[in-house]
Amino acid sequence: MVTESTQSPEPPALPSLADITTAFSDVADVAERERAVKVETIDLDFFYGDVQALFGVSMQVPEQAVTALIGPSGCGKSTYLRTLNRMNDIIEGTRLSGTVLVEGQDIYAGGIDVVALRKRVGMVFQKSTPFPKSIFDNVAYGPRVAGEKNKAVLTEIVESSLQRAALWDEVKDRLDDSALALSGGQQQRLCIARTLATSPDVVLMDEPASALDPASTARIEDLIFELKKNYTIIIVTHNMQQAARISDHTAFFFEGKLIEFGVTRELFTRPGEQQTEDYITGRFG
Amino acid sequence: MTSQRNSVGDGSVPQTLTGRVTLGRLKEQAVKAVFFCCALLSIGTTIGIIYVLVTEAVVGVGDSQAFFQEVSLVEFFTETRWTPQFADKHFGILPLLTGTLMIAGIAACIGLPVGLASAIYLSEYASPRVRNLVKPVLEVLAGIPTVVYGYFALVFVTPYVLRPIFQDGLGLDVGVFNAASAGIVVGIMIIPMVSSLSEDALRSVPQGLREAAYALGSTKLDVSLRVVLPAAFSGVIASFLLAIARAVGETMAVTIAAGQTPDLTLNPFRSVESMTAFIVNVSLGDTAVGSIVYKSLYAVALTLFVITLAMNILSQAVLRRFREVYQ
Amino acid sequence: MNRSAVETAERLASRHRKGRLFEWACLGATSLGVLVLVVLLVGVCVQAWGWLDGDFVSSYDSRHPREAGILAGIWGSFWLIGMTAIFSVPIGVGAAVYLEEYADRSWLTRLIQVNLANLAGVPSIVYGILGLTVFVRMFGAFPDGKVIVVSLGIASLKIPIPFGRTVLSGALTLTLLILPVVIVAAQEALRAIPGSIRNASIALGASRWQTIRLQVLPAAAPGILTGIILALSRAIGETAPLVMIGALTYVAFTPGGIETPIDVIRDPQGVLDAPYDTFTALPIQIFNWVSRPKVEYQHVAAAGILVLLIVLLVLNGTAILIRHRYRKGIRW
Repeated sequence: MVTESTQSPEPPALPSLADITTAFSDVADVAERERAVKVETIDLDFFYGDVQALFGVSMQVPEQAVTALIGPSGCGKSTYLRTLNRMNDIIEGTRLSGTVLVEGQDIYAGGIDVVALRKRVGMVFQKSTPFPKSIFDNVAYGPRVAGEKNKAVLTEIVESSLQRAALWDEVKDRLDDSALALSGGQQQRLCIARTLATSPDVVLMDEPASALDPASTARIEDLIFELKKNYTIIIVTHNMQQAARISDHTAFFFEGKLIEFGVTRELFTRPGEQQTEDYITGRFG
Repeated sequence: MTSQRNSVGDGSVPQTLTGRVTLGRLKEQAVKAVFFCCALLSIGTTIGIIYVLVTEAVVGVGDSQAFFQEVSLVEFFTETRWTPQFADKHFGILPLLTGTLMIAGIAACIGLPVGLASAIYLSEYASPRVRNLVKPVLEVLAGIPTVVYGYFALVFVTPYVLRPIFQDGLGLDVGVFNAASAGIVVGIMIIPMVSSLSEDALRSVPQGLREAAYALGSTKLDVSLRVVLPAAFSGVIASFLLAIARAVGETMAVTIAAGQTPDLTLNPFRSVESMTAFIVNVSLGDTAVGSIVYKSLYAVALTLFVITLAMNILSQAVLRRFREVYQ
Repeated sequence: MNRSAVETAERLASRHRKGRLFEWACLGATSLGVLVLVVLLVGVCVQAWGWLDGDFVSSYDSRHPREAGILAGIWGSFWLIGMTAIFSVPIGVGAAVYLEEYADRSWLTRLIQVNLANLAGVPSIVYGILGLTVFVRMFGAFPDGKVIVVSLGIASLKIPIPFGRTVLSGALTLTLLILPVVIVAAQEALRAIPGSIRNASIALGASRWQTIRLQVLPAAAPGILTGIILALSRAIGETAPLVMIGALTYVAFTPGGIETPIDVIRDPQGVLDAPYDTFTALPIQIFNWVSRPKVEYQHVAAAGILVLLIVLLVLNGTAILIRHRYRKGIRW
């Protein structure tokens, strides 16, 4: 299995300074590998009509860490992400086989309430999608649709969510302004706050910073780093530097297949597969 | 695959993913069902129209005799007299049919070329400013009730346009009620329809095609008539068919302007009666339910329905072919 | 310059002349619509001059042209269109929501779509025949006729079966007539709402209906409202189906006896009676006046047309205002 390749790095013959620092990092990597599994897919196939988009993807996503999905466009990384909260259900003519487990529970089994699932597994999209409503109403939307009516509770949720999304200080005096008046970067952080307000365990992010300027991107990346203390984050990115900067684990997809999955630093420094190496060294994609 | 990491799926799973509020799910299903019924109503309307027309005109329900069970199809389509309200009753649809087709023909002669020319102007020549000015005017023209057009035909077109030209100028006898005035106003009525639908078709022709033609040394006239128009041909034809169907089904303007004389004539300056005008005139009078005159109303309406439906379906078929070409 | 160059230049000049001629012809055709509209409006205004006044809108029809008024038509159209709106808005929006938000691409969905396009092309008089048979006569299934009385405390509902030549029959008929227009307009408005809004809402754990109710419908409301207003203004001018179902041409009363806006509050029984009353409508009165031989009635008809056109202008103006307002407000 693909994950095996990262399990047993060969011991260095003569330790150099570089090797020693690597060895220290390897201690961290081992700890990283020991994390509990939050989301797991087993032999996942996915079809758009007759076109197969995912081929037997098996992967274990660790808890309270950032997992990046990388690969050239059309490789199936976004499709994979959307199977984890069943967002693909709303696309007509799609079909899925295999198993997706969230905390060990099969989310495609009968009797699963997709609405409850999507509250547990939140999602942030590539393009910020603020609703044409006030900032407050945007963040309070999730709790409200879940039936929360108490204004005090909502206010509390809105404040804490905005704080965790590092947006509170910028908007606390204008919560009743339209969300459309915010800048692009602020809108994306609002969308993250909105997702956090439903108190998910897992946050899926589909290229959340690709439409933003570098400064806003940096803020989003800082935010993601903070968030992983409390949430399991899975992020799709086409930007390898970004994946290397912010993620603990990285999965490389190519043509619908999971080529390699491992601790980010290892995957980038010592890729186990030729295709991975070709991609990260820029020979294709 | 066996996990080497600590698996959490060991029974300590929070049960929040399953069996949540079944009442909520029930409501979702109920809402969907209600909306589905709303959408089904349109099918119900069609079935209702066909049922009503067929049971009164073709096959009676229960003891009642339908129109065509009393009057043969042969008489209906070959007899040249339409006199249901006289003692000597004849049921030949030909006078009504020619009346309808003559008015629709006159309307087509005016509405189709003018509508198409204005579509070409709006799509190929007009600046955005002119287009923004003209399009609302055409929309207003399309929104004027047909009874107003009837008044316009009777009070303006006949006395101030037709009589000075054809009666005073050419010595022809122009009646107060005549097919020409009805045809002219119906023609005006369909201009906005032809113009806007044809313009959509012309504008959907890819810009690259125009540019290619200009690069070959074409004038704007060449591009419009030899490149864009042929490329948008099916869309234009579809708009023509819809407009003619509209002219055939037009009621109030025709009833007011063309009169109610079911004569078999091709003289546009005489009064004729269209199928729609006959239906209105019968319903204005005191007609006993179940009488043959009453049933003739359904027979005429069925004929009208079949003609307009055929043209609508034809128009959609033409349009579908158009889409195939461009996608 | 040699001979062939001269020829080419001449040919080019001739092509440009033809081009200009063609452009003028097309411009002429386009202007014709504008010209007709101007002639029509000016003509109607001239004819109506001196005839459209306070008395005209506050009195009933009369055998004397000078005394004829349009009060019955105004109130008749008011009840008719009000009830048509009550019926057609929920059904039309509901159908559009089903087709855009719920329906899969099954044969039934396709059938409904094709059917809608065909219904929009059915002549209005055919709807009149449908209304006459189904609502006015109820297929003749109740030859004796009866009245169902429902007491509501201060007033009671008196529902005739079959509905007969009442405002209710007219409104139901017009509802069927404009439904295809309302549905298609609402569908377009819904389609204009970006899918990202729906995805975002669903990803936050909202159910489909919550997403539609809280996000999609509010965002599409201006477009839907514009479509509804345009459909209703078409209904106001419809004459043929009302003639078919037997709207009366000469009427000296208003539905439910309500003659002023204050009566609506003062007379609850009148409000409940109005839908089950016989009636006339603005275009019916105009049609009736146009058909009368006395020349003076042409002026009465012109005055009536002016009232009708003013009502339409107000409605269309509102629609344009709504469209303009909201187009500026929201950017996606």
